[in-house]
Amino acid sequence: MSTEPVGTLVLDPIRCDGRGMCHDAAPGLIELDEWGYPLLPSGTLRAPIERSDMKAARDATHACPLLALHIER
Amino acid sequence: MTARLGLSTPPSLAAHHREFGRLPLVDARRGDRPGDLVDDVERAALRGRGGGWFPTHLKLRAVVDSSAARGPLSRSRRPVVIGNGMEGEPASGKDAALLTRSPHLVLDGISAAARTIGATDAFIAVHRGSPAVPSLEVALAERASSRIDPVTIRIVTPPARYVASEESALAHWVGDGEATPVFPDRPFQRGAAGRPTLVQNAETLAHLGLIARRGGAWFAEVGAPGAPGTTLVTVGGSVPNPGVVEVPTGTAVHEILARCGGPAGTVRGYLTGGYGGGWVAAGDFDQAAWDPDSVRAAGGVIGASVLWAIGELTCPLEELARVTAWMAGESAGQCGPCMFGLPSVAEDVRSLALRTADGVEFKQLQNRLRLITGRGGCKHPDGTARLVATALDAFPDEVALHLDRRCSVAGRRGTDPAGTLPVPPARLPGLDLRRRDFT
Ligand SMILES: Cc1cc2nc3c(=O)[nH]c(=O)nc-3n(C[C@H](O)[C@H](O)[C@H](O)COP(=O)(O)O)c2cc1C
Ligand code: SF4
Ligand code: SF4
Repeated sequence: MSTEPVGTLVLDPIRCDGRGMCHDAAPGLIELDEWGYPLLPSGTLRAPIERSDMKAARDATHACPLLALHIER
Repeated sequence: MTARLGLSTPPSLAAHHREFGRLPLVDARRGDRPGDLVDDVERAALRGRGGGWFPTHLKLRAVVDSSAARGPLSRSRRPVVIGNGMEGEPASGKDAALLTRSPHLVLDGISAAARTIGATDAFIAVHRGSPAVPSLEVALAERASSRIDPVTIRIVTPPARYVASEESALAHWVGDGEATPVFPDRPFQRGAAGRPTLVQNAETLAHLGLIARRGGAWFAEVGAPGAPGTTLVTVGGSVPNPGVVEVPTGTAVHEILARCGGPAGTVRGYLTGGYGGGWVAAGDFDQAAWDPDSVRAAGGVIGASVLWAIGELTCPLEELARVTAWMAGESAGQCGPCMFGLPSVAEDVRSLALRTADGVEFKQLQNRLRLITGRGGCKHPDGTARLVATALDAFPDEVALHLDRRCSVAGRRGTDPAGTLPVPPARLPGLDLRRRDFT
């Protein structure tokens, strides 16, 4: 299994309203903080994604109704 | 004493021209190219004075490149330049001093920048109600009648809120009448109304006005090698004559304090940079050099160049609690970790200051500082987290006393009114930032 990042998950914190649908879709990748806002694995707004996490990242992105998540390649 | 910025010359255009000469126009017949100023600014190694100390030539070049990448543009798509005279830091007074005492030098900088990047619109932003408004009105009227600017410079007055002067928020205001920060924050690519936008602090622009006349090598003759030139410092707190002084970067902190009458009594620490800055314990900080790298090495942040001395009879944690609560209210209310995180942090700091916090709550505060950093649309939460974290580092004994329900100044307080930081009334997050809030 490769550990090279194949993309970057980017969160727009202004669009995000913290209902956590991304977390429901990809609980192993995205945690929620104590205020209910998504916490990416990097702890910042940009998280490098390995191939093995790509599906979860895509699921999270598709689950977001506000288009607050996207994957940069 | 190195004074370059004309703070003691009268503010009129005639006096300004007597002191500095006219701003040289780019003369195509002489073979000048507008871009030459960018090279001169690089030679000057000018770094922005708005808080981030970012190399100015990189910003100029980024705007030039991003507008070139778009190919030939209609006038209405060409770059925009915005002078940032908002001075959102309550403890800072340097930009107001400059804009009231030497407004033409700042406006010269806007003119020179506009010509360099090919801007077709130029603005000077000062917060609503600022004393700089009338002085800029007079200065701009003088300039209009002598036709010295390549583009008309207009005054804009966004709301007087802390985040309204963040650069993407300023560009948003100028383009759309909303003073909220934008994500991602790249005004040099997509700023006011989607146009490449240069935002520079008022003092940065004043230095630019001098570099356009005297060149980059002249500029770099004084100051610290990594960030040369002079800089304005707002000195406050426990000093007899607080105010704004101009010094070469790299000047020792004790020399800066001496310009304001020296410390009034024993100083226990300093707030450096402003409320988005950092605290340092007194220790031997008065020997440190006032430039970005040296202040950082000493644990502080030069930021907006505020130097605030905290006297022995002031509790730094109480000061911190008041400022943190205010910073929480200044959130634009757009991002969760900021609009919910900052009030939580402010509450923890308040408990600490009130001596009701225990070790568990203190641990929670430290975790929350990590949690809110790097997760906002702008750097407001990061600045606030740093303000708190540096205070905890600078005053570990005071923290320990407070966790033990004690305070080093308890019972002795009230004799040192000069030490308390200026904190405006707290307001609701996001209020007033949107056009619809006030029209
Ligand atoms: C919350 C926040 C508030 C800011 N307030 C100011 C301000 O009042 N004045 C200012 O010049 N820069 C302010 N800045 C910095 C600007 O975003 C920007 O970096 C600066 O105006 C650029 O000018 P410079 O490169 O000449 O320093 C602020 C930044 C943040 C994150
Ligand atoms: S689904 Fe979208 S809006 Fe909801 S918490 Fe996740 S990123 Fe934010
Ligand atoms: S981090 Fe805070 S101040 Fe900055 S854009 Fe988000 S809500 Fe507004």
